[in-house]
Amino acid sequence: MKKQKIFENIVHGIFLILGMITVGCVLLITLYLVLAGIPAIRKIGLYDFLFGAKWASTAKEPSYGILPFILTSIYGTAGAILIGVPVGFLTSVYLAKLAPAKIKTVVSGAVSLLAGIPSVVYGLVGMMVLVPGIRNLFHIPDGASLFAAIIVLAIMILPSIINMSITALEAVPKEYEDASLALGAAPIETYFKVSVPAAKSGIAAAVVLGVGRAIGEAMAVMMVSGNAPNLPELFGSVRFLTTAVASEMSYSGGLQRQALFSIALVLFLFIMLINAALNFFLKRSKEE
Amino acid sequence: MKKIFTFIITVSLTALTLTGCSSKQKSGTVSTDGSTSMEEVIGVLGEAFQEKYNGMSFTYNPTGSGSGIQAVKEGRCDIGLSSRSLKDEEKADGLTETVLANDGIAVIVNPKNTLNDIDVDTIAKIYTGEITNWSELGGNDAQIVVIGREAGSGTRDGFESITGTENACKYRQELTSTGDVITTVSQNPDAIGYASLAAVNDQVKALLVGGVAPSEDTVKDGSYVIQRPFVLVTKNDEKLSDAAQKFFDFVMSDEAAPLISQAGAVPVK
Repeated sequence: MKKQKIFENIVHGIFLILGMITVGCVLLITLYLVLAGIPAIRKIGLYDFLFGAKWASTAKEPSYGILPFILTSIYGTAGAILIGVPVGFLTSVYLAKLAPAKIKTVVSGAVSLLAGIPSVVYGLVGMMVLVPGIRNLFHIPDGASLFAAIIVLAIMILPSIINMSITALEAVPKEYEDASLALGAAPIETYFKVSVPAAKSGIAAAVVLGVGRAIGEAMAVMMVSGNAPNLPELFGSVRFLTTAVASEMSYSGGLQRQALFSIALVLFLFIMLINAALNFFLKRSKEE
Repeated sequence: MKKIFTFIITVSLTALTLTGCSSKQKSGTVSTDGSTSMEEVIGVLGEAFQEKYNGMSFTYNPTGSGSGIQAVKEGRCDIGLSSRSLKDEEKADGLTETVLANDGIAVIVNPKNTLNDIDVDTIAKIYTGEITNWSELGGNDAQIVVIGREAGSGTRDGFESITGTENACKYRQELTSTGDVITTVSQNPDAIGYASLAAVNDQVKALLVGGVAPSEDTVKDGSYVIQRPFVLVTKNDEKLSDAAQKFFDFVMSDEAAPLISQAGAVPVK
């Protein structure tokens, strides 16, 4: 009996240590980002850094304004949500409530597969198919643009939105729907006026998750967005917060490198905000 | 039973790692760090070196010219690799450069483009936005799509300093690798870009510059003007380790010259 207790304690301890590894990593990354990101902001000045419209990190008189990157990330994410959420949300309503079992299996499988495709593959397909396609469709000189990035991001966030919305919709108690149907409401009416409102917190969490995925993506957008540090235009070449760090990191040095860490810090703050929102919605959804 | 099996695997793996370490230390390691443009050249040389001196180990860390110079200065690697000449302040920091080879930077357009010949002035005008339409050069009435590399790239640095367009280029796209530039130019009939001559393939058309086609011969005799050196960077007050000295001698030998040409660059010998 005693032996078993010792064993229990040891296992408990091991699991605790493993859990602490995650917490330790988060703390370490946060600490490192803050320490590495602050010096450049101090040197450049917070206002000039956040609201400067010109990024020329290797010029003789370098200028480090990241407003173009911030705006691009916000516009790009908003655009992806605008396209991705209606498609993802309606897909999830269909899959959770309407689809016959066979179709549901096939579509769910496809959605999972979409989630598993590496982002560099999205980027590659975007570069080879989407960018020339946009160029020909809209008769513009070059297709690599914010618009191309929005399309790629919209597709990339679909699986997160669909899977999480399905979970929320399926968690709605069947009695609600039965009551609505018994009162004479049509099925579609029931789904949109009873099930969806009941699952709204979960669906909101799905949207926030999509936002998080979109704002953090680097590889795929780097390959389709053109990467010139311009203020965002729908058909212009743009650079995101993530790609600003990724594209210059390998060659950087001195203040330029420090400024890249500062960009990463700004990105990290965005992600923290999004995570806080996600937790808020998830908590509310549980309380309901 | 399962536990014993796991235990055996763990022990054997640990043993394997340990032996791996010790054998490395015995025979010596050469570490290089720097330019991504030199990846092919240094990769071929590294392989041949390891083959010749059995048991020597060779590492290459593709971080970019600036980081490579920094690394050798701080003693984090034996030999730094740079695809540009050292700046005066870097030389003043006690670093020496040895030119290993020269590399042409090809100016590339889509194969559908009718333009074949261009000169350095025109290239500069295109990249600074003075010429924006192909019709000004006798081509179709289409806007020129200017493709380049990201800030800090050795290729960009070389290209901009030779064409005199430092910090004045108006890029439509800034891509992060030679391959991306070639793919993008091959996809867009109105694009112009630049890439290491070694990497250019038949997906794109390399333009003649001032009537001279980029090739190994024209880079070597200097008639193709858009070229830059591949440089080995070492500290001048510190002796190389035995292994690093062997590697240095090997890559500068006549024996290594054909390998460098094979990788697409032009050996100085």
